Amino acid sequence: MREFRYERADDVDGAVALLAADPDGAFLGGGTNLVDLMKLGVATPDLLVDVRQLTSVEVTGLPDGGLRIGAAVPNADLAADRRVRERFPVLAQALLSGASGQLRNRATTGGNLLQRTRCGYFTDVTKPCNKRAPGSGCGALEGVHRNHAILGQTLDGPGACVATHPSDMAVALVALDAVVQVVGPDGERGIPIRELHRLPDDDPSRDTTLRHGELITAVDVPVLGFASRYRKARERASFAFALVSVAAALRVEDGVVADVRLALGGVAHAPWRATAAEAALRGQPATEEAFGAAADAELAAATPLRDNGFKVPLARNLVVRSLLDLVEVAR
Amino acid sequence: MDTEITLRVDGAAHPLTVDTRTTLLDALRERLRNTSPKKGCDHGQCGACTVLLDGRRVNSCLVLAVTVDDAEVTTSNGLAADGQPHRLHRSFVEHDAFQCGYCTPGQVCSAAGMLAEAQAGWPSHVTADLDAEDVDLTDAEIRERMSGNLCRCAAYANIVPAVAAVAAVEGVRR
Ligand SMILES: Cc1cc2nc3c(=O)[nH]c(=O)nc-3n(C[C@H](O)[C@H](O)[C@H](O)COP(=O)(O)OP(=O)(O)OC[C@H]3O[C@@H](n4cnc5c(N)ncnc54)[C@H](O)[C@@H]3O)c2cc1C
Ligand code: SF4
Ligand code: FES
Ligand code: FES
Repeated sequence: MREFRYERADDVDGAVALLAADPDGAFLGGGTNLVDLMKLGVATPDLLVDVRQLTSVEVTGLPDGGLRIGAAVPNADLAADRRVRERFPVLAQALLSGASGQLRNRATTGGNLLQRTRCGYFTDVTKPCNKRAPGSGCGALEGVHRNHAILGQTLDGPGACVATHPSDMAVALVALDAVVQVVGPDGERGIPIRELHRLPDDDPSRDTTLRHGELITAVDVPVLGFASRYRKARERASFAFALVSVAAALRVEDGVVADVRLALGGVAHAPWRATAAEAALRGQPATEEAFGAAADAELAAATPLRDNGFKVPLARNLVVRSLLDLVEVAR
Repeated sequence: MDTEITLRVDGAAHPLTVDTRTTLLDALRERLRNTSPKKGCDHGQCGACTVLLDGRRVNSCLVLAVTVDDAEVTTSNGLAADGQPHRLHRSFVEHDAFQCGYCTPGQVCSAAGMLAEAQAGWPSHVTADLDAEDVDLTDAEIRERMSGNLCRCAAYANIVPAVAAVAAVEGVRR
């Protein structure tokens, strides 16, 4: 591991200034991803600015009935929060399906959003990887990619990358239209979460649209007002990343879909908001047939790799099952 | 880069100079010679290094020692107050809940943290009713909540009853 300085700033502006002055520095949340990547030699910061004591550990109510989640709120506490459980079950379920009890106790909201891909070539510094070492190639493209992306990949050129974003929480927050509050060297801004995570395009080294030195201070979740849930398929019953996951919310009126939110995890470089499926569903009868047709509309764009074609029917089935569950809940 | 910290472990304070790269696990084992937490994977995947940090279970292999010089660390050793085994220790022995024992201190600390979480009413992935007031630690709940602790000897069949017995005594299992 590279040697580094460890700092605790006095306030948010101080932390931002420390990082702005050091292009090789990084913020430290719970460290459950960053410390891991530093041990592997994948992350090599020369300065860590600990932001756990700087950002809020509180979940507070917003005037519209939504919630503001402090960036340092541990994943475990967020999942246990009574308001989250009642108003946004999809978020509590997504958190509870991720990692382990120990990890959720330490992992923070900000750090969870910015965790890096679990692609085995990315985490092995002896392998080619355009994300870790731009221009070195993508080891996964022709290699082990059973758990890689089926949508929105970059399949050739120097930007080739077929990695997935590993966060469960982020998939739920994308379905919920959350807004990520950041403070950076140029001031504050709110980023709709769908604009936070990027597709690889021609630069897979950048996971997000954040600029260096921008600190996540909170995540705002606007009021939803209808039933939601999270479903995750994985290789073992617990403590495993998603093969495919679905965050869904559904409002049915007189048997017709009045409102719907769908986001997929495990399928792309970013949590995937299924806008085509949502558009296909609005105004349609809330039936298994319509749900399947909507999933097909979304997955028509899929470009699976040699060994991950199974994710297409898996995603379809998870979407249909999740929506059927929500019809039940509403009954 | 050397930094001065004070680690409070199992009730005693230890002033230490550590390289910033030192994990809590390595500080405990290599500097304080507290070999109760074990190093299985060093990557958060096995739970052998589990300790309680201000009463909450965490993987000490992913915690940098410099980040916790204001916290109380409890290892499985420290759960044995005044040299008397903790009721979880006793239950693991009574239920034959280990073979080699390598994962055991981590299992015990994890179970202690998990029981406190259940007492606080925290749900899990297998909890059917997210809004329920109280937690009932069924076998399925225990398996799910303890999934961060792997046992290479596969003593799970006895670990679940060992934890269940303590859960019943503590009122979080019907
Ligand atoms: C064995 C294992 C299994 C796991 N399984 C799952 C799973 O099934 N599902 C899942 O979703 N996750 C899983 N995880 C990942 C886990 O959820 C993340 O490691 C965790 O959420 C990261 O949070 P952290 O606070 O520890 O982040 P850190 O490791 O501290 O930071 C992660 C990144 O975020 C940056 N950062 C941190 N805080 C801020 C901030 N406030 N502002 C700006 N930047 C910031 C850091 O610089 C770093 O780049 C698993 C992890 C492990 C080790
Ligand atoms: S999929 Fe992306 S992260 Fe994985 S090897 Fe290819 S470029 Fe690297
Ligand atoms: S040694 Fe820490 S989780 Fe395996
Ligand atoms: S008893 Fe041997 S690893 Fe669990």
